[in-house]
Formats: sequence, structure tokens, C-alpha cells
Amino acid sequence: MDKTIEKQLMIDAAKVRIGIIEGIHEAKAGHPGGSLSCADLLTYLYTHRINVDPQNPDDPNRDRLVMSKGHGAPALYAALALRGFFPMEEMKTLRKIGSRLQGHPDIKTPGVDMSTGSLGQGISAACGMALSAKVSCDPYKVYAVLGDGEIQEGEVWEAAMFASHYQLDNLVAIIDNNGLQIDGKVSEVMSPYPIDEKFEAFGWHVININGHDFGEMEKAFNEAETVIQKPTVIVMRSTKGKGVSYMENVVDWHGKAPNDEQYETAISELKAYLAELEK
Amino acid sequence: MENKATREGYGEGLCALAEVRPDLMVLDADLAAATKTSIFKKKYPEKHFDCGIAEANMMGVAAGIATTGKLVFASSFAMFAAGRAFEIIRNSICYPNLNVKIGATHAGISVGEDGATHQCNEDIALMRAIPNMTVINPADYVEAKAAVLAMADYEGPTYMRFGRLAVPIYNDESTYKFEVGKGITIKDGKDVTIFATGLMVAEAMEAANALHEQGIDARIINIHTIKPIDRDIIVKAAKETGKIITVEEHSVIGGLGSAVGDVVLEECPVPVIKLGIKDVFGHSGPAKDLLKEYGLCAENIVAVTKATLGK
Repeated sequence: MDKTIEKQLMIDAAKVRIGIIEGIHEAKAGHPGGSLSCADLLTYLYTHRINVDPQNPDDPNRDRLVMSKGHGAPALYAALALRGFFPMEEMKTLRKIGSRLQGHPDIKTPGVDMSTGSLGQGISAACGMALSAKVSCDPYKVYAVLGDGEIQEGEVWEAAMFASHYQLDNLVAIIDNNGLQIDGKVSEVMSPYPIDEKFEAFGWHVININGHDFGEMEKAFNEAETVIQKPTVIVMRSTKGKGVSYMENVVDWHGKAPNDEQYETAISELKAYLAELEK
Repeated sequence: MENKATREGYGEGLCALAEVRPDLMVLDADLAAATKTSIFKKKYPEKHFDCGIAEANMMGVAAGIATTGKLVFASSFAMFAAGRAFEIIRNSICYPNLNVKIGATHAGISVGEDGATHQCNEDIALMRAIPNMTVINPADYVEAKAAVLAMADYEGPTYMRFGRLAVPIYNDESTYKFEVGKGITIKDGKDVTIFATGLMVAEAMEAANALHEQGIDARIINIHTIKPIDRDIIVKAAKETGKIITVEEHSVIGGLGSAVGDVVLEECPVPVIKLGIKDVFGHSGPAKDLLKEYGLCAENIVAVTKATLGK
């Protein structure tokens, strides 16, 4: 990947992370850990991969993204704001009465392609979108972002069977493998490993990447474009809480908001990092 | 009268619907032969998609299809559609208010020999509790077919309930028009109103004849749409006949009786006697014997009506 492009992605991802932290702090509730772990992915997808037009969010030919791990809503909203669907300032209305930014994604929000939040369901909807595109020969692609804990849901494997059976090569699922869920390590709560081999056995094309390396991300999505008659899954090793030192790999930060002091620390870290990049 | 199951009307209705809605897609969960989507599959194999024995995923797939603007039906037995897939229907279909139609067959005790695991008497209660959902329970083959066809231009999540058992066709296909949300007065009467839905409508009609012979003038109303329910026809009946009996092949908790009762309680309180499955599980046996055993037959409607009127 070109160094200038990569640097711009890092700058954009830092802005997304600031949006996430500001939104969750303002709301006094939300899920920072799993939002920060997929912030790089969503930044990349909405700036480099997904064909959407903020001026025409319901364009029938647009690519779709289903945030199957719906609790990562702050990351989705911040990425949509970055892409121009609404002002980044609106992140401060997150989870408040009257806000378009509901606690979990709501299809009525501009840019949000599916209501999600109850784990395991988004991937099925993504399969339906991809099948519909096949039936009417529409060229759009469907992306679904899942958590590694989420794939403990049986419905995910029903959908995995379905996508492979109907050869949905217009579908790319990304597993945000940050290794932690509410009750602890996914390996200890209920191990989904080996994730890649499981999807392979279900008939998917599997790619393993580092979820914080934009170069690897680009290669993986390019590779997915070349796969025919099979859905692709990108198993993305990531760090929960990525970008905020005290949140990284700490299970406690799955679903709580930083207090004022913690917020100041997080924001100054992210802003210092952003300033360094923008030098 | 010819007998035919309402599920046959579902299959035939889908074929008729495909002619006016070429974007129609039909999903099933390995039950096409039983739900009668097989009739549609034979005619439109490229529009029929088997999802395997995976109802949760099927409902989610239907939701995804609906977001792209196509008309989609998802089919299974009532037990697995409304029961197993309840939460997907709530969160992935009704919350985003997507235009998914659910064709649920083999509802109620008249499933018969398969027994309690397959006799779903709770689906109306489950489905009508969800915001945005419409609940339709056709009474005969003609009404079932017409109801499906009416979905061509009826937007929004809709649960359609069909039966396994062949029941009398009393409507005339050439003249019948289905209107969502409109109760149908089959027979006027002044002494009592019997509200029936689904397979119980034919039983209520038979009961009305017997009651007439015994000097009781019963009004018979078919409520094919349980949600949104026809409030006007209920209030009018409460005011004019003073006593109400509801008959359904469903639990007395949360079904037609509860829906009618809610309206009566708010607008014109009169006694409402609910005939249905009385908070118990069913068991195996021939459908008609089971319906008798659980009191869902013309004889029992007559007996309950007479008792209600003190005659």
C-alpha cells in the first residue's frame, strides 16, 4: 500500500476513534472495546472499499454493510460520519433521546443498511441481501462484520451453510477477532477456535489478517474480489480497545463508558497521536 | 361443500401473486411439500429457495431480501416460524419494519397425529405482541388464497396462519374480496355474537344453524385479521348483542379472545366467553377427534352459547 494512502487511513482511523470515545463518554454508556478493535476496518471500508453515496444513501445499487456485531455501533457511526453521512459532531448525541444514533444500529439512520444488535442475526440478513443481488444480477457487494464471541450463536453457522450453499461470492464476512467477550476471553468462555478452519469446512474462502494493518486489509479485500462461487471470510486478529492505552486487551472495557478523568486521558492520547500523524 | 386445507390456498395464492409481483421470492425450511410452497416451486423453481432446517437464518435472510425492495415470503410450520424464530422476527423483521410475509402452516391442535411438539397454539399471541406486525388467519381455501394475493400491495411485516386440515370452502372464489383488517359478518343476529377465526369459522356457522333451530339468533363474525383488529365491528356487536363468544384454534391466552376482549374492555364492557385451548398442551390423535376433545366444534359452541344466554 502506498505510504501516503496508509498515513491518511491512520489519520482517518484516529478521527473515528476520537468520535467513538466522545460519543460513548457523552452517552455515559456503550461499548468502547469492540468499537475500537474494528475502527481501522470500518475506516478502510468506508473510505476505500464500499461504494456508497452519502447524498443518496438509499441508492439500490450501493454496496451494503451489515454491522452484525451491533454493539460496535459507535465505530459504524463514526465511520459513516467520516464518509459524510452526518456530521462527526452528531456522535455526541449517541444513545440520547431523540438521537438518530441509537444504542445499536437502526436501519432508519442514513447509511445504516440493517438494524442489528441481537448477535448472530446480521449475517443472515447479509446473506439475504447477497442472494437478492444474485437473483436480479445486481453488481453490488455485501459486507458483514461479526464479533468473535458472536460466532458462538448457532444462527451464524446456519448462515455460513446458506452462504456457501448458494455460492454467495458477493458476500464478505469479517470476523473481528479481538479475543475478548463480556465474561472474559473467548477461548475460556466458549472457544470458537479454530475460526478459519471452521469456515473452511463450511465451504468459505478464508483469509487471515492483522486487523490493524491497512496493507494486509487491502490485499485481503482484493483477494476476496477474485473468489468465485464461494463467500469469503476475513478472520481479522485485532486488539480490543485499540488506540487507548488503558483499554487495550482489558475485558472490563467491553461495555462501559470512561469517566471524565478517563475520557481526558483517552482523548489526549488519541489527539496527540493524530497530531503526530498530521505533522 | 368441498373440503380443502388453507395451506393449499397459500401455495396457490403464491402462484397467483407471482403473476402480479414478478419480484416475489419464496423461502422454505425443508417443508415445501407440507407448507405447499411446493406448488409454487413447481411453477417458479428459480424463485423458490430452500433454507434447510434453519428457521432462524431463514427469517434473517428474508429480512435481508426485503431491504433490497423485493417481496418475500418465508414459510415453515407455525411452531418453528413464530416459535423458534420469534426473536429474529422481532429484531430483524419487525423492528426495521421490513416487508416480509411469513407463511406459517400447520397451526393449532388440528395438526393432529404429530402431537404437542408440533401443535402450535401460541403463535397468534406471540406475533400480535410485536410492534409493526399484522396477523392474518384465513378461514377457508378461498380466503387464504385471496389473503396471499392481497399482499401484492400490503406493505409491512405480516404473519399469515394456515391449517393442515382440509376444511369446508364456504366462500365463492369468483366474488370474494380480501380486505386486511376488516371483519366479515357472515350472519347477522341479535341475541349474541360469535367471533371466530381460521378453521373455527365453519364450526361457528354450523353452530349458528343449530342455535337458530333452537330459537337463538346468533351473529357470526369472521375475524381473519387479528391485528390490526376491526374495532368497529366488535364495538357494534357488543352494543347490539350484549354478549360475546370467541372461538379460535389457539390458546385462550393472547389470541382472538384476548384481542376482542381488549377492545370490549376499553369501549363497551360486556361478558366475553373465550373458547380455545385452555392453557394446556395437546397430544397425538386424529385432528377432528382432537378438535372435539378440546371443545373446538359446533356442538360445544352451541352448548357454551346456550349456557352463556342461560338457556
